[in-house]
Amino acid sequence: MLSAPGLWVQNKMGKQAIIETVDLKKIYGMGDATVAALNGVNIQITAGEFVSIIGPSGSGKSTLMHILGCLSRPTAGQYILDDQDISNLDNKQLAAIRNKKIGFVFQAYNLLSRTTALHNVMLPLMYDHVDSQTQADKEKLALEMLKKVGLGDRIGHMPQELSGGQQQRVAIARALINNPVMIIGDEPTGNLDSHSGADILKLFNEIHEQGATIVLVTHDPQIAAYAQRTIILRDGLIESITKNGHERKQ
Amino acid sequence: MKLSEVVKISWEAIAKNKIRSMLTMLGVIIGVAAVIGVVSISAGTEATINDQISGLGSNLIFITANFGRGGRDSFAPNNRGGLVFNDAYAIAQQVPGVVGVTVEQDASETVKANGVTLTDISILGTTIDFPTVRSMNIASGSYFTQQAVDQKQKVVVLGASLATQLFGTSDPVGQYITIGSTQLPVIGVMAPKGAVGGIDYDARAYMPITVVFQKFTPSEFARFRGDRVRLIYVKVDPSVKLDDVILQIQLLLYKRHNVTSSAPDFSITTQQDIIATQEATTAAFRNLLAWVAGISLIVGGIGIMNIMLVSVTERTREIGIRQAVGATAEDIRIQFLMEALLLSIFGGLVGLVVGMGGSILFGALSGMRTVIVPSSVFLAFGSAALVGIFFGYYPANRAAQLDPIEALRYE
Repeated sequence: MLSAPGLWVQNKMGKQAIIETVDLKKIYGMGDATVAALNGVNIQITAGEFVSIIGPSGSGKSTLMHILGCLSRPTAGQYILDDQDISNLDNKQLAAIRNKKIGFVFQAYNLLSRTTALHNVMLPLMYDHVDSQTQADKEKLALEMLKKVGLGDRIGHMPQELSGGQQQRVAIARALINNPVMIIGDEPTGNLDSHSGADILKLFNEIHEQGATIVLVTHDPQIAAYAQRTIILRDGLIESITKNGHERKQ
Repeated sequence: MKLSEVVKISWEAIAKNKIRSMLTMLGVIIGVAAVIGVVSISAGTEATINDQISGLGSNLIFITANFGRGGRDSFAPNNRGGLVFNDAYAIAQQVPGVVGVTVEQDASETVKANGVTLTDISILGTTIDFPTVRSMNIASGSYFTQQAVDQKQKVVVLGASLATQLFGTSDPVGQYITIGSTQLPVIGVMAPKGAVGGIDYDARAYMPITVVFQKFTPSEFARFRGDRVRLIYVKVDPSVKLDDVILQIQLLLYKRHNVTSSAPDFSITTQQDIIATQEATTAAFRNLLAWVAGISLIVGGIGIMNIMLVSVTERTREIGIRQAVGATAEDIRIQFLMEALLLSIFGGLVGLVVGMGGSILFGALSGMRTVIVPSSVFLAFGSAALVGIFFGYYPANRAAQLDPIEALRYE
């Protein structure tokens, strides 16, 4: 295993890891025809960290992101999120974790079409099964989130009426609304021109500075470098972990 | 997710594809409308028939002859084989609770009067109780008397439309008509009654039954047994128990005909029997039609299932997004199930309006009576909702079972 022992120790001794995987494996197929997408991955991410995961296609970064995002379960190993072992939760419990603790930002924005920006941002609250907020509360919160990403004047717009950068901002507002433990960005700038892409990365940085834990999955080393640390995956294993030299800006 | 939100989301999804939703609902609309329409038309027909049977007069007992083996005009050796005219008199005189007894003997003759010749006119020989028993009234002139019956007086009372056909607007009373080769004076005209049970009561001529026996249906055995009749109508006092009267008549006729209760030569039916038989027949027919109409509801359900499967496929990405932000399988299932249910309920409501409106319109335009049966409305609508749930479940379940990763990748 090629993880950097120094960082491990630092994380162990410093802030408590809010995300931790232990010998995480994901094996596809059955019998002899098995493919290990993840072959024993150990990651620790502390609260408030901005980490990027990078690797060529087939490195297992998507698989890792899906497991970290509770969209799938590991074949073996442990995944501890916010002090809870969630490696063996059922689909319903995973859905609740996604709803409460994870905010996704996808490459293709993945907003609901013909649904206003405000209602798109509110969507996670709709699936909150211990629903204690009134509709007005939810709308107020969604508006707050849209203001945070600079779209306070676009609440009634449909996604198709917004630019790509604006749509991605709506998606970020949606990811923030549940005050998640972790925000996962899956190539969030992949569909944007470099200018809008830079804006989105700047927004990620701002959110990070406000205390959010961010995991950015990308294939682009330049984008990965925006994070404090970069985990480089290859063939289902961590090849190396690099510090990007800007522990916290300012 | 709150139910109101589920309904809202589903409704929006339906509203997004208006034409497709309308076409999907068409099957259910036709199914529900057909069930309601078919039932209302057949219920209307049933009500009409019941009215006609009741129109014969109320509290009626019908006594019919059981004919001997050789057919209706043969006599069995033991003198069995039917009713005679005098049986009617005997019942009228000896059975308590009887209000009126009437006997009918019909014939078909050519009628001439006033230069008009009508062929195949129904001539009904009957007794003086006929207007009472059959609830008919005299419009002008008078009905014939018991004396006329006893003395075989050749007089005639015309039905309303027959009178108009022969004499137009002039009063036929006092004029003469020729029936067959017999000339008779018209002594009265009946008030219109209309067609009852397929017989037009207004197109007939009425005369004393004894005249019909003598002139139009002479029986060669009348000298030995009396004049044979096929049917005796007995009208019973409404305050008397019908069964008691039936028993009395049975005992009387057993004695008169010298038969036992095990082998009677007559049968007794009541109006209720006829209505019950009629109802059973029409109800069976109505149920059959309703089931056939109900099949189109199932076809409508298959239409819903088909379009829901398309919808689930089209919205795979949306399902993935909802799953990513925390929707459970139940959340997704209820959403698509609600969509199918709304389609069927809305289709059911439209079908209800179309079915009820169509029944009323059909009744108004065709002149046929239609009766909207509430139970059929509830049944059709309820079935539509059930069809939505039943046929919506499979697509909804398919949506719920989607893998979020696959769903998010779906282009």
